[in-house]
Amino acid sequence: MKVTLRELTKEFPSRNKKSKEKVVAVNNFTFEIPDGKLVGLLGPSGCGKSTTLNLISGLEKPTRGRVFFGEEDVTDLPPEVRGVGLVFQNYALYPHMTVLQNILFPLQNLKGDKKLTKEQMLQKANEAAKLVQIGELLERRPSELSGGQQQRVAIARALVKMPRILLLDEPLSNLDARLRLQTREELRRIQRETGITTVFVTHDQEEAMSISDMIVVMRSGVLEQLGLPQDVYDDPENLFVAKFLGTPPINVFAGEVKNGGLYIGKQRVLSVRGAGDGSVTVGIRPEGFIPREGGALTCGLTAVEVMGRDTSVVCTHPNSLNSGIRAIISSESRHGVGGDTVSFDLKPSKVHLFGVVNENRIRAELTPPESEAGA
Amino acid sequence: MKTAYGRSLPRRKARPGHKRGLKAWLYLLPAILFLGFFMVYPLVDVLIYSFEEGYNSASQTFLGVGTYNYSYVLHDPYFLQAVKNTFVLVIITVPVSTGLALLISLGLNSIKKLKELYQTVYFLPYVTNTLAVGLVFMILFKKTPYTDGMVNLLIGLFGGKSVDFIDGPHWAKMFVLCFYTVWVVLPFKILILTSALASVKQDYYNAAKVDGTGKWRIFTRITLPMISPMIFYLVITGFIGAFKAYSDAVALFGTNLNAAGMNTIVGYVYDMLYGDSGGFPSYASAAALILFAIVFTITVINLAISRRRAIY
Ligand SMILES: Nc1ncnc2c1ncn2[C@@H]1O[C@H](COP(=O)(O)OP(=O)(O)OP(=O)(O)O)[C@@H](O)[C@H]1O
Ligand SMILES: [Mg+2]
Repeated sequence: MKVTLRELTKEFPSRNKKSKEKVVAVNNFTFEIPDGKLVGLLGPSGCGKSTTLNLISGLEKPTRGRVFFGEEDVTDLPPEVRGVGLVFQNYALYPHMTVLQNILFPLQNLKGDKKLTKEQMLQKANEAAKLVQIGELLERRPSELSGGQQQRVAIARALVKMPRILLLDEPLSNLDARLRLQTREELRRIQRETGITTVFVTHDQEEAMSISDMIVVMRSGVLEQLGLPQDVYDDPENLFVAKFLGTPPINVFAGEVKNGGLYIGKQRVLSVRGAGDGSVTVGIRPEGFIPREGGALTCGLTAVEVMGRDTSVVCTHPNSLNSGIRAIISSESRHGVGGDTVSFDLKPSKVHLFGVVNENRIRAELTPPESEAGA
Repeated sequence: MKTAYGRSLPRRKARPGHKRGLKAWLYLLPAILFLGFFMVYPLVDVLIYSFEEGYNSASQTFLGVGTYNYSYVLHDPYFLQAVKNTFVLVIITVPVSTGLALLISLGLNSIKKLKELYQTVYFLPYVTNTLAVGLVFMILFKKTPYTDGMVNLLIGLFGGKSVDFIDGPHWAKMFVLCFYTVWVVLPFKILILTSALASVKQDYYNAAKVDGTGKWRIFTRITLPMISPMIFYLVITGFIGAFKAYSDAVALFGTNLNAAGMNTIVGYVYDMLYGDSGGFPSYASAAALILFAIVFTITVINLAISRRRAIY
């Protein structure tokens, strides 16, 4: 089932009674979630992710705009009849029911021709339990389960009635790092097996990048960019998206375009075609640095950290706009690195230019600087 | 079918064993002395009194030891009337007041903005003196040479026959007493239940709604179980309170309750001690212990049921 949001807006009355200003939690959202895909809804805390999810589930009514499931306009339908499965951030398992009773609960609600016999319900509940691998926990109460097990029960409860859409609100945030890694793979598997269109909220970009078919980046209620995770990462539309995606984060410098070249400080680091002269903000991905003696960009060396396969070089530059520059290089190329300074060549595809004021991407053709190219 | 998961946590050892225990007892000493003097000693005393036959409070002598006091009390028509009244009171007012309080709390809980205002209004009877409320009830129900009382006026409006609620038939008096008791205990129950309802997390309701649960099912399968510990608490304390009822009856029907046929067990005990026909501490003690046995049994049953039901 494809989901379409059209000019969706949700305003909350301000909690400060004196100011009439409203909180715009979701601002004029328009996008389409393709059928059967896993979509990661991504953004910093308070940007309106949960509100968007609640608008899709029907727990909140939009101030303006429409929600469609397939071709059906569900904007005015209450949550009871929308047929969505929702996994809450804190799971919201009913504490007085066993795992089995929790999973059976949505089935017992079915009415009319959808009504099931006891045996059918049990069979479905067992199937759902098997899917999330909690078959042996059915008689326990939620308080007797670990966080990861509770999460699976919550997913089973959301899946058992075969919802048209599955919504997950930060389902992994209560788990420890290792369990989170494991469970997110599981989520991916379950979504693939069932083929249910799934929206998955997180503020962890790595989580979203790793399992989503498509990611949607939002900031203070506004949709910033959407697309395939790799596309959004490689081709950010503005500085916010560029900064938000990627660990370690993108390195930002104050730079300048003049004479057909990109300058950081006094050094001409790349050739530029198709951008007007003037100051720019330069974003360089950590993996965009290639250490080379006499390279285009010279930085002060702070530390070299070896982390297994990769080596991370921490350095400084007067034009850097974040507290430290972090470059990820392969372990073989680290041998030349030492002393007080280090020089890098830059991979043009890993360098992005942004406007200084509006922070929007300046699309220009970047190539290695001519003077070096021949050498 | 239940697993014993997590039920057998190793118990923490009481380190420097003896010393600690000694200190704890030392801290408890004042409380133990106090309780012993004012609660345990009188209880034991009552027990002794109840078996002393023909006790004379003036000479402090008695004729013998036995169960005559019990058999006297159990054959006293006034006592049997009091037991009957008390049971009727308990059986009617506990469910009615708890049910009503639940209904009102549910209503209050759904009107978010008026919640606070209504809470004070409904709590008013709780801080008002019982006897003052009794006076109001007299005005509502009592027949005087000048008026039949508010309620009878209403009954008359609908074409009914006027009833004497204070000095009339037993059922009418019982009705007033029950009405009054419910009225007095209601605010406390509403307060407890509104806060219990407010403490049920919205997420559970949201989860149920998304899963297509109807209103009634949400109430029976989610709201009720979630607040069941509080309901059980109210029922148990309600039972105990109603068994101990006395001042309410006095407020409505005056001190000569036996004559009015409206006595309660506690009222009977009081009358046996200090009433016009009083001066029989042995009978009073026996009656008090019978009441204790009843309350104890019912509380144990209540607790057993609530343990089985309110699990989480
Ligand atoms: N019921 C409400 N009344 C008023 N404002 C609200 C309400 N719910 C949310 N908001 C506001 O709307 C904005 C978006 O909230 P939302 O819960 O959607 O954020 P979020 O992206 O889910 O954040 P988080 O990652 O912390 O869960 C916030 O500024 C929040 O304060
Ligand atoms: Mg949220």
